[in-house]
Amino acid sequence: MSSPVKLPGQHYLNAAYGIKSWLLTTDHKRIAWLYLASITLFFFVGGFFAVLIRLELMTPQGDLVEAETYNKLFTMHGLFMIFFFLIPSIPAVLGNFLVPMMIGAPDLAFPRLNLASWYIYIAGATLALVAAVTGGVDTGWTFYTPYSSIYSNTNVVLAALGIFITGFSSILTGINFIVTIHKMRAPGLTWFRLPLFIWAHYATSIIMVLGTPVLAVTIVLVAIERIFRIGFFDPALGGDPVLFQHLFWFYSHPAVYIMILPGMGVISELVTCFSRKRIFGYSFVAFSSLAIAVVGFLVWGHHMFVSSQSVYASMIFSILSFVVAVPSAIKVFNWTATLYKGSISLQTPMLYALGFIGLFTIGGMTGLALAALGLDVHVHDTYFVVAHFHYIMVGGMVMAYLGGLHFWWPKMTGRMYPEWWGRLSALIIFVGFNLAFFPQFLLGYLGMPRRYHAYPEEFQVLNVMSSAGASILGIGYLIPMIYFIWSMRYGAQAGPNPWQAKGLEWQTPSPPPTENFPITPVVTEDAYAYSQEEAAVV
Amino acid sequence: MSDVQTTLAHQFEDPDQQHEAASLGMWAFLITEIMFFGGLFAAYTVYRIQYPAAFVTASHLLDYKLGAVNTAVLICSSLTMALAVRAAQLGQRRNLIVFLILTMTLGTTFLGIKAAEYTHKFHERLIPGPNFTPNVSPNREAQLFFLLYYSMTGLHALHMVIGIGVLTWLLVRAVRGHFSHEYYSPVEMSGLYWHFVDIVWIYLFPLLYLVR
Ligand code: HEM
Ligand SMILES: [Cu+2]
Repeated sequence: MSSPVKLPGQHYLNAAYGIKSWLLTTDHKRIAWLYLASITLFFFVGGFFAVLIRLELMTPQGDLVEAETYNKLFTMHGLFMIFFFLIPSIPAVLGNFLVPMMIGAPDLAFPRLNLASWYIYIAGATLALVAAVTGGVDTGWTFYTPYSSIYSNTNVVLAALGIFITGFSSILTGINFIVTIHKMRAPGLTWFRLPLFIWAHYATSIIMVLGTPVLAVTIVLVAIERIFRIGFFDPALGGDPVLFQHLFWFYSHPAVYIMILPGMGVISELVTCFSRKRIFGYSFVAFSSLAIAVVGFLVWGHHMFVSSQSVYASMIFSILSFVVAVPSAIKVFNWTATLYKGSISLQTPMLYALGFIGLFTIGGMTGLALAALGLDVHVHDTYFVVAHFHYIMVGGMVMAYLGGLHFWWPKMTGRMYPEWWGRLSALIIFVGFNLAFFPQFLLGYLGMPRRYHAYPEEFQVLNVMSSAGASILGIGYLIPMIYFIWSMRYGAQAGPNPWQAKGLEWQTPSPPPTENFPITPVVTEDAYAYSQEEAAVV
Repeated sequence: MSDVQTTLAHQFEDPDQQHEAASLGMWAFLITEIMFFGGLFAAYTVYRIQYPAAFVTASHLLDYKLGAVNTAVLICSSLTMALAVRAAQLGQRRNLIVFLILTMTLGTTFLGIKAAEYTHKFHERLIPGPNFTPNVSPNREAQLFFLLYYSMTGLHALHMVIGIGVLTWLLVRAVRGHFSHEYYSPVEMSGLYWHFVDIVWIYLFPLLYLVR
């Protein structure tokens, strides 16, 4: 049932053939594919560990694995999901593909550096994978000292090295984006005409450049302490374990914004396109990204309320955490205002976007609960926290990533995916997600601690619900994989602009030619010049 | 213009854009470097405040004369590097080569002195760990000082080694005549890096050698 192929004759996908033309490419669009393939792989590696975790937690006794193995499972799950999936996902795949396209440039400023970033990423991930299969790591993804630096007898150094190396990939991508956005915009594309996706990536890149090196040096210190048994962080050796936490969270709190800001950028694009309205309060949305990037560096102490940090410090961190919620709330408000009276069409990407807004709002509100000093002391290190960060990261970021992937898939491949299946999977994911993670709020509130492989009987019902939801969620993730692959060959031809969207990336053929635009475009209007009269054709 | 044609990468419109992109990229990179060293400086500050007496005692065990000589060497190398950049901008190939070689020599001298210092410390058993045996008390805190000393100067030395590698690459290209008064970005960018590494040392020297 293959449809007749009428794609543009010459495009970036068929510009050259053979494995070498992919592995040595400097075309940002092809590099995006390299990332897409590898990130998907690591998502399923992380998912595999999640399956084992949820299987173990179906019953109150530890009958599938012992405590030690369980510790390794959640550590590897967290490591892979955070460092090898969440952090690179949207920037490295969609950002790589779209940043030059959206600003009318033929490529990123440093194409070879871009390719190098991918190799660095692969090298780091491979080391972490080796660490996982040759014994695993049981410290939790946070590597808290002195357990990680002195006492744990697992592969900490190897995993840490993997993360250290991957960090450079993130730094280099950040530098590349910053320079590209500053220096390579098409004529007429002023800062306040930029798509919000670009603003989000700009803010994210700043965090990558400022935060990642601090994590890198912290990890080096852990490795030094571990290898030479001399202490920065072990109190028995004169060190200070809380210093580790400060350094670690100085990166890792902003890192959650590395994970969510690009997602917010995607959602802004989707919401305007599918409600055929210019986004409400463009400059507020743009500046809120920058505000998040800046204030995000000032709130790390909210992870340390119970770490012996002074009460006054905790109070200040608590207040600042409320402050950082404001720009996020601004965004949610602006999206909602954009939807209001828009002519909304519920295509697959829009379903993901709506899912994002709902789940992110829940995640954000519970985040405020956690930022409130007194409440956090009650639910600290319980499943309430686990539920909170899954709502943000899985309900938020993964939804945005999938929504973005569906939105730009026609651009990347020149072909459509089956709409019915797309909507179905969005629905399955939404239902599965809530069934998997909502019970965890209750579990946490009732006092079930995180990172335990066994629990009292009374928690079983909620845990079984959660595991059932996780299976549904897993199915929801597999379906798009299947029809995306199918569509690459059999999908209907998309044409340059299947969504009637605004934005430079839609003004060139799908798939685009290697140089992106046959002639450099000149921008004469603001972003999102939608008018509701030309209502959704789609 | 044929020179320019060969050195303009395809993604740029003109040499100016390429040059500006390179220098913004370099500055962004240097900011990450500041944050990288910043983590260590933060650790230093914390422990310095926690154990002031031990840090003073331990810093007396470092040879501030060697440190001072090295500081002078590095400042000279910054000067020769600046001259190299100037020569590149003026398209003076011979001068460029000379100043690059001078800079590399000074950099190597610095590393040589550093190596001598390290060896000396090894012999005095000033290596943190079970065999740490200077007659200073409190011993544990002094070890922390030395741990920071090796981490910070070691990271700095690593940057010097990389810098010398970069200079070697520049030298080869300069000898082949790749640079002209129209195309000298790589020299200028490497110069920025070299100056940055020097500046880090300017902070390290007083913090480690002169705390008393
Ligand atoms: C099918 C979906 C998933 C399920 C069923 C699942 C389940 C779990 C469970 C049960 C834990 C253990 C919590 C504990 O005992 O402390 C956990 C931790 C975690 N998960 Fe997931 N997860 C899923 C997807 C994801 C995704 C997609 C991400 C990131 C994108 C993610 C990131 C994390 C992180 C960072 C931790 C913390 C690990 C740690 O405590 O060290 N999870 N997950
Ligand atoms: Cu945080």
